[in-house]
Amino acid sequence: MADALLEVRNLSVDFHTAHGTVHAVRKVGWSVNRGETLAILGESGSGKSVSASAVMNLLDMPPARIVSGEILFEGRDLLKTSAEERRALNGKRIAMIFQDPLGHLNPVYSVGWQIVEMMTAHGRPADAARARALELIARVGLPEPERAMHKYPHQFSGGQRQRLMIAMALMLKPDILIADEPTTALDVTIQAEVLALLKELQAETGMGLVLITHDLGVVAEIADRVVVMSDGEIVEAGTAGDVYHRPHHPYTRKLIGAAPGKGEIRRPDDSSPVLLEIKDLCKTYGHVPALKNVSLALHKGQSLAVVGESGSGKSTLARTVLRLETADSGEALWKGKDLIAMNARDLLSVRRQIQMVFQDPTQSLNPRMSVYQIISEGWDIHRLVPDRAARRKRVAELLEQVGLLPEHAQRYPHQFSGGQRQRIAIARALALEPELIICDEAVSALDVSIQAQVIALLDSLRRRLGISFLFIAHDLGVVRDFADTVVVMKSGEIVESGPTGEIFEDPQQPYTQRLLAANLDPDPDVQAQRRLSASAPA
Amino acid sequence: MTDLTLPKSSQSGARGGIAALLAMLWRDKVALVSALVLLVIVICALIGPTLLGDLATDQNLRGRNSPPFDLERGWAFVLGGDSLGRPMLARLVVAARSTMMVAAGAVACALLIGAALGLVAGYLGKGVSQVIMRLADVIMSFPSLLIAVVVLYVLGPSVPNMILVLAITRIPIYLRTTRAEVLEVRERMFVQAAVVMGARPGRIILRHILPVVAPTLVTIATLDFAFVMLAESALSFLGIGIQPPDITWGLMVSQGRPYLTSAWWLAFWPGLMIVITTLSLNLLSNWMRIALDPAQRWRLEARSTTNG
Repeated sequence: MADALLEVRNLSVDFHTAHGTVHAVRKVGWSVNRGETLAILGESGSGKSVSASAVMNLLDMPPARIVSGEILFEGRDLLKTSAEERRALNGKRIAMIFQDPLGHLNPVYSVGWQIVEMMTAHGRPADAARARALELIARVGLPEPERAMHKYPHQFSGGQRQRLMIAMALMLKPDILIADEPTTALDVTIQAEVLALLKELQAETGMGLVLITHDLGVVAEIADRVVVMSDGEIVEAGTAGDVYHRPHHPYTRKLIGAAPGKGEIRRPDDSSPVLLEIKDLCKTYGHVPALKNVSLALHKGQSLAVVGESGSGKSTLARTVLRLETADSGEALWKGKDLIAMNARDLLSVRRQIQMVFQDPTQSLNPRMSVYQIISEGWDIHRLVPDRAARRKRVAELLEQVGLLPEHAQRYPHQFSGGQRQRIAIARALALEPELIICDEAVSALDVSIQAQVIALLDSLRRRLGISFLFIAHDLGVVRDFADTVVVMKSGEIVESGPTGEIFEDPQQPYTQRLLAANLDPDPDVQAQRRLSASAPA
Repeated sequence: MTDLTLPKSSQSGARGGIAALLAMLWRDKVALVSALVLLVIVICALIGPTLLGDLATDQNLRGRNSPPFDLERGWAFVLGGDSLGRPMLARLVVAARSTMMVAAGAVACALLIGAALGLVAGYLGKGVSQVIMRLADVIMSFPSLLIAVVVLYVLGPSVPNMILVLAITRIPIYLRTTRAEVLEVRERMFVQAAVVMGARPGRIILRHILPVVAPTLVTIATLDFAFVMLAESALSFLGIGIQPPDITWGLMVSQGRPYLTSAWWLAFWPGLMIVITTLSLNLLSNWMRIALDPAQRWRLEARSTTNG
């Protein structure tokens, strides 16, 4: 280990906050060598990004303070070198890419200018920089590199922007590339492409790659070694295969156990009556069709999953059914009555029966209302449960039902974690005793272990209360565990639909097959097998 | 990380009400002092004219422009005397009433009308919004002092007319700010969640949008307070505002202007009062913004009582 290119030893970082000192990371150590990929795996709040930020000198100090430890790059302790020397290293020898490429590209400059600046800032001549930028833009697989240079960040898609970020990071041929959740914001198929690109580039340049992620599938796909972090400490370290198959620490076991896509596939029972039937629904934004003749049927007590990549129209579908958007044509029959043509009074009574859980609970809960107010708002609107004591009791019951405590009712949303907030949103939906809950990416913003808990909660609600679910997701693993029927959408059209078993075991359409193939399995061996079989026929 | 805030703030939710607010005010000493200053000014405005009304209008030509901090002529002359030998202290106290009435009245009217129109323009459809916004443009395209001069000339100068005129000229500021914020807030997820639950527009506007917009409006209103006081003095200076012997701080400033080189205190004390009032309002509104925001409240609750 002594000859590692980059080594973090015994690093402890504290954050000073109004509530006293928080130990963000404690005695963390890891190392990475040329040509090697190290994954730092952890859930939000585990401190997985902190050590990488310390390497890049990106920590805001204060509130952060490095208490102990050293960061050795080629044997030199970075924490003892001057700010100027570190600036010279950053970008040139150690580069970094981020989760949200749009946030890290300046919207007012063309991407070409920004990539070239990366080199000129380190004192290289502009014409050489331009040539290298062109070469790299072509290398990361963007069409028409010459024209791409003159475009602005908003003119690229999310995956293309991440490619641009990678190109920018590689301009000066760094020895180490740190990637902080590089594919989290991307669709599965794009994620697979970006990971493949990173691997290719690593093989070409021999750089060391440090990948920070919460996704076991990403680890299985790309990492040689992995360190698992929890609560600021490294709980487990080893090769990717070892950690997956022989986890020692209970946290690692829990994390692996929570990975979706391993449960029994459910067989739908079509005997129950149809609750919601959508017929030939169409919707266009300007000239862009968002929904093209979408038809589906949801039976009572079942869950129907709508799967697709971003821009496939799956959220538009939910919003149109809920009349948050107006449809151009088509019908959505709720127990035989058309929701699209319904008048305001009928709609109000239906609003009680159909509830929605949104993707991001941080945004879908009013920050200025207490949990009690949030949950009881539906009763105010529909003039239900007028008695205050009865209300209090019912709110307490609902909170217990979703796994929270009755005394949480007096708190405000910001005092809860993401998973708890989503539980509050579910309790709000349950308050009106709906027959259908529409979940728009309801678990995609949550950590894996919390995701598993929320899914289990939704499943038990379905079984106990007979609630139906329209479940919109991009994560196929979650869908496999939860849905009876799956509908696959692409650019506003239904590509394929059928019982979950059929879709997963015997997909007919090439798009569905591609989607399934791009979905990463948490088992490194399975991933390796897939890579082999994918490259064999080519 | 968020769980760390749980123990402390949860208590305040249960305690609730005015007691909790007062406790938070006690912890922020700057805001506490501001609140006390404002309280004193309000009391002056309420009972000052009854107690000191005669004293403030009593001319004493031997005491013309008598310097401040001289107790020879009695306590009333501690801040000096004005150009007709009337005690400055008494006049300041008496002037508090008209000043506060005009400023608070104009700001409150402009705030209420502007915010209401802004909420409607922002939340309801395009047609209503167009009408309201063009009205605002019409008001804004006139120089505000010109409207004031015309209206006051026609209606005759009086306190209610002053309030009316100043309110009308300030409405577009609240209207535009509110509308801009509403356009952003209405797209937020929790508003959509309320729509899905079946909430009517009135409920969404009042329960979900207004609380988010309110802090901005309160901040603008406190800044506007000083502006309105000075605008009022400008009108009084032109002779179409408050008429002597009635008196306001703004009018006192403009009356003291010719004597700036010989008797600075004539303009200085009323000017200082305007500064103190607006400063206190600003500090208090700053505190209120934090105290009324559940996500920020811990900043005040976490504070120890010794901390200023």
